[in-house]
Amino acid sequence: MIVRILGEGQFDVPDTALDELNELDEVLVTAVESDDTDAFTRALGEVLAGVRAAATPHAAAALDSSDLILPGPDSSLAEVRALLGDEGLIPG
Amino acid sequence: MGLMKRLSMLFQAKASKALDRAEDPRETLDYSYERQLEMLRDVQRGVADVATSRKRVELQAQQLQQKMTKLQDQARQAVEAGREDLAREALTRRTALTSQIEGLRTQHEQLQAEEAKLTQASQRLQAKVDAFRIRKETIKATYTAAEAQTKIGEAVSGISEEMGDVGLAMQRAEDKTLQMQSRAGAIDELLASGALDDASAPSDPIQAELNRVTDGSTVDAELSRLKAELGSGAQPASLEAPRQEEKR
Repeated sequence: MIVRILGEGQFDVPDTALDELNELDEVLVTAVESDDTDAFTRALGEVLAGVRAAATPHAAAALDSSDLILPGPDSSLAEVRALLGDEGLIPG
Repeated sequence: MGLMKRLSMLFQAKASKALDRAEDPRETLDYSYERQLEMLRDVQRGVADVATSRKRVELQAQQLQQKMTKLQDQARQAVEAGREDLAREALTRRTALTSQIEGLRTQHEQLQAEEAKLTQASQRLQAKVDAFRIRKETIKATYTAAEAQTKIGEAVSGISEEMGDVGLAMQRAEDKTLQMQSRAGAIDELLASGALDDASAPSDPIQAELNRVTDGSTVDAELSRLKAELGSGAQPASLEAPRQEEKR
C-alpha cells in the first residue's frame, strides 16, 4: 500500500498496518467533523507516527498514485477542511 | 470514508481532469510534460523567493541587533554621566526591540523550514519528471493510441499527485513569505522612524542629550587643563585630541 504524506512524499506501508491506521483515521475524521483543533492535531500526530513507524520510502522515480494521502505534520485543521471542501484547491 | 482515502480520491479526481482534456491520449503526455516543466521552474523560483525573504529577515535581525547594542552603550554612557533618566529611556527602547528580534527569529526558522521543504519537493518532482520523460517516450514508441490509454493514465495520475503536493507546498511557502513581508515592512518602518533612528543621528534625543552632557564635561576638562597650564606656566607638549568629540 502506498501512502503519501503531503510535503514529504510517498511511502510503502505494509497492509498489516492498515487496521491500526484505519482506527486512527476515524479519530481524525471525527476531529475534523467536530472542528476540534486539539483533537485533530493529536490524532494527526498519531496517524503520522503510525505511518512512519511502518513505512519505507517509495521509489523516487516511480509514477504511482497513492492509496491513501495524509496531511503533513504542520497542517492546520482549517487547511485540511479547505482541501476537503473544494477539490479545486489542489493545485497542479 | 476515512480522511486519507478522501484526500487520495480528491487528488485522483484532479488527475482525471487532466486526462480528459485531449482526444488522442498521447497528446496528454506532452501536455502533462509541459505542465511538469513549468511546475519545476515555479518551484525552483519559489525556493529562490523564500531564500530572498530569509536573507531579508537575517539582515533586519542584524540591524536590530546593532540598534540594541548601541542603546546598551548609550545607557552605560548615560549612567557614567549620572543621567539615570536617559539610561532608563535607552534601556526601555532596547527592551522593546527584544520582542521584535524574537519575532524575527521565529520567522527565520519558519522560512528556513519552508526553504528546506520546497527544496526537497523540487528534488522529488525532478525525479518524477525525469521518470515521466522516459516513460512518455516508451509509451509513444511502443503503443498505439488505444493501447496506450491505460499506461498514460497511470503515469499522468502518478505525477499529477506529486504536482498537487508540490503546489500545496508552494502555496504554504508563499503564505509564509507574505506574512513575513508584512512584518518586515513594519520593522522597516520602525527602523526608518525616529523611534529607532541611528543613534548617532542628531534626531536621536538620547544621543543629543548625551552629547550635550559629555560635550559640557569635555569643555570643563579642557578649561581646567588650560587654567592649570597657565597657572604653572608650562607649555603644552602636544594637543591631545579630545576623545569624546570624535564620537560625534
